[in-house]
Amino acid sequence: MTKPFLEIKGLTVAYGENVIMHDVDFTVNERDVFIIMGGSGCGKSTLLTVLTGLKAPEKGTETFAGKPFWGNGATKADRDALMRKAGILYQSGALWSSMTLAENVAMPLEQYTDFTPAEIKDLVALKLDLVGLGGFQNYYPAEISGGMKKRAGLARALALDPQIVFFDEPSAGLDPISSKNLDDLILQIRENLRTTIVMVTHELPSIFAIGTNSIYLDARTKTVIARGNPNELLKNPPNETLEHFLTRGKK
Amino acid sequence: MSATAILNTDGTDGSAQLRLSGDWRADCAGRDAVVAAFERPAFRHAVLNGAEITDWDSRLIAFLVRLLSLCKKNNVEYTLADFPDGVPSLLDLAFAVPEHADARPPRRPRDFLVWLGETALQCRSSVGKAWDFSRRTYAAALRFAAHRAVVRKQDVLAEIQAAGAGAFPIVSLICFLIGLILAFVGSIQLKMFGAEIYVSSLVAISVTRVMGAIMTGVIMAGRTGASYAATLGSMRVNEEVDALETMGVSPFDFLVFPRVLALSLMMPLLTIYADFMGIMGGGFVGVFMLGLSPDDYFRMTLSALTMRNIVIGIVHGAVYGVIIALCGCYQGITCGRNASAVGSATTAAVVSSIVWMTVATAVLTVIFSVCGA
Repeated sequence: MTKPFLEIKGLTVAYGENVIMHDVDFTVNERDVFIIMGGSGCGKSTLLTVLTGLKAPEKGTETFAGKPFWGNGATKADRDALMRKAGILYQSGALWSSMTLAENVAMPLEQYTDFTPAEIKDLVALKLDLVGLGGFQNYYPAEISGGMKKRAGLARALALDPQIVFFDEPSAGLDPISSKNLDDLILQIRENLRTTIVMVTHELPSIFAIGTNSIYLDARTKTVIARGNPNELLKNPPNETLEHFLTRGKK
Repeated sequence: MSATAILNTDGTDGSAQLRLSGDWRADCAGRDAVVAAFERPAFRHAVLNGAEITDWDSRLIAFLVRLLSLCKKNNVEYTLADFPDGVPSLLDLAFAVPEHADARPPRRPRDFLVWLGETALQCRSSVGKAWDFSRRTYAAALRFAAHRAVVRKQDVLAEIQAAGAGAFPIVSLICFLIGLILAFVGSIQLKMFGAEIYVSSLVAISVTRVMGAIMTGVIMAGRTGASYAATLGSMRVNEEVDALETMGVSPFDFLVFPRVLALSLMMPLLTIYADFMGIMGGGFVGVFMLGLSPDDYFRMTLSALTMRNIVIGIVHGAVYGVIIALCGCYQGITCGRNASAVGSATTAAVVSSIVWMTVATAVLTVIFSVCGA
């Protein structure tokens, strides 16, 4: 029986008076590959900034691993502590450009563990090996390709053996082969590290290949208009908007 | 054959014939008259004929879209006849999705009171942001003092090197030239009284008391302050700052404080070096252009130098260092998330640094005057 890891209730997000989304509810279970999908400009990435504590919602609650993250008296210190159980892969990789790949991956380990430098060095090598970047320890982000940056960003996200990893459009800017390889890597990580995955994307091949559960955010109504396994939703779309999205407007 | 558009509205059935011909990759002479006729149509149906068009590009499509939009607006029916392949399908594409009327930015009333209110709200928001930035930087300094800040030693050393040794060449050149200019301009007046030797005193006092610090400040605002804004702004755009925040690492500990510390430490040292280079520049004019002996020049310089003026200059330098670092980091860390925002942040960093340096100079001058210095 899977347990809920992330529970969102009645979330409303706005920039000033401009409401981006309202009354968003969903639950991410442990070991899910949960896809947040929707067209451009529907607020997927904004939702991710709320889920990861960068932006406060106007209303609603988020429960993270059974503990309050937004609402119910949660403080910034609570969020910081909970985010140590999470890893994030940003759209651009967001590697710190003044550091080598090894220093990027080592940073969370140096910050939040009392491992010795030798242990950290071994762990950094392991994480880079896991994402296929063994030997690239001393490269700077500017010296590697976009796909490699994403892999290095993933290695950094995995540094603290997170229980959940958030991905912001991981396939953006990648060729189809690199995109598929990244999908395979995400599945391997989920299987082997027993990690829950939350992914913001609108890449249909990725959605159908790895998604186990999903929500569809609608830009017009500014809320969730469909939820479920993406392949099931493709077979029985609950509304025309989602059908249009999942079939690239063919039906 | 150049593009022509001939409109015939003589039809008795209330219809008009527009005949387009020639090469529509060039300007059409009668275009404005045709548009004017479609804006206030004296016809109920228009037939647009393109059989004689020999060549065309997007200008033809833009012209037709304009005319057809006017037809729709004025309830005039239209027919397209004999246009080259591609034109009808491009027109279909142009009209496929109706214009989103609500996508236009709202028109803002330019009423004075509205402007005043908006400006006041913006000021309040800016003051709030600046206060929050100062508070968080101060907290980072306290954490650093308590050894609780997440700061990499090599980052601080790299910033110190960039803000200190890295600025030597430009500070050398500019301050040498400033000393040279001061001496040269001063000598023109002093020569009239046969008092050229006092050029050395003029340069020594003016450079050490404030000019050395100001020139170093302006150089560092353009060089290092702008670099801080651009670096932090780019990190904001590339989500590197977000990555730090979600990891629970304060960007104020990791990015802002090392820069403020580096520049605050280096500016007083650069000011002393700038004083030296300014005096050398004055010496160059005194010795090689005014014919003074090096011994006399530097003896007079030493007699004019006072520790009080040197210390005042160093205090100015230290204050400028803090101001430049804070302005640069503030603009960078509050930068928007696009490339043009980084450019704006860089410009704002330099401008605000210079403005606040000027304000600080005025305040320090009053303070030193009141203290009898």
